[in-house]
Amino acid sequence: MQIQLNGEARTLEAEASVAQLVESLGLTGRRIAVEVNEEIVPRSVHGETRLTDGDRVEIVHAIGGG
Amino acid sequence: MTDFFQDAPLRIAGREFASRLLVGTGKYRDLDETSDAIVASGAEVVTFAVRRTNIGQETGAPNLLDVVPPDRYTLLPNTAGCYTAQDAVRTCRLARELLDGHHLVKLEVLGDDTTLYPNVVETLAAAETLVNDGFDVMVYTSDDPIVARELERIGCCAVMPLGSLIGSGHGLQNPYNLRLIIEQAGVPVLVDAGIGTASEAALAMELGCDGVLMNSAIAHARQPVLMASAMRKAVEAGREACLAGRMPRRQSAAPSSPFAGRINA
Repeated sequence: MQIQLNGEARTLEAEASVAQLVESLGLTGRRIAVEVNEEIVPRSVHGETRLTDGDRVEIVHAIGGG
Repeated sequence: MTDFFQDAPLRIAGREFASRLLVGTGKYRDLDETSDAIVASGAEVVTFAVRRTNIGQETGAPNLLDVVPPDRYTLLPNTAGCYTAQDAVRTCRLARELLDGHHLVKLEVLGDDTTLYPNVVETLAAAETLVNDGFDVMVYTSDDPIVARELERIGCCAVMPLGSLIGSGHGLQNPYNLRLIIEQAGVPVLVDAGIGTASEAALAMELGCDGVLMNSAIAHARQPVLMASAMRKAVEAGREACLAGRMPRRQSAAPSSPFAGRINA
């Protein structure tokens, strides 16, 4: 299964939830926000939200800016 | 602040702030300098940007929100880098998720990357969507009083005209327009962008601005932490001078010492 993660193609071995993707990236517990296909996926439903082939996933965080 | 005078707090969207200086978090050498400068500035409202995480390089890296903790500061996520209303709205929704429902945002929609001048058409559209979606919107805009009025009518909780181009340090290029905006506004007016040094921050406050938002003037000073302290004092001084009211200008000199009793009279 292939997804677009932060603008880049990424192959996932198997079916995965948002929570599993976040964990595989070492981001569990970090202050991040996730969007799939331009819709926010609230933290509370990361576990139950399944990713499907072709999904466009954005994972963002806070950085310095004015 | 002098001990004989207590200013009213700055009120934005139901929140109250003693400091009228709001600061950004970009362009610092590192997070320690960011943190030290914010403390020296006395700012209570701190703006930051929302960006893609660096996949694979993120684990364990210090995060901005570690040095600007949301329980200590009022965080103001911004939409810097957005050129369309749609991107700005998406960014605000991501920020709201990032901060567990916090919905005070700084909206900026830029026109091009040479001037970073606000695209007011897209800004107006984004403001309307965000206000309808429950956001408290502090909006970066041009110094056009008609646009400022429209943004207030839409429901923005603060209007933030530029003093001059973002990051330019050219100070207040059109104080007359700023005055027009201040005089008509029913919401706080903050100068956002263009301030280069302390006197310009003081001037913005003397004009009657409710606050000043800056980043580069502090971060790009030779000594950012010292400049942060200078800006804190400048904003306080300008505010007090505004409330005190300047003396009238006059054409000719007027001695401060009495004429009577001079030894050569």
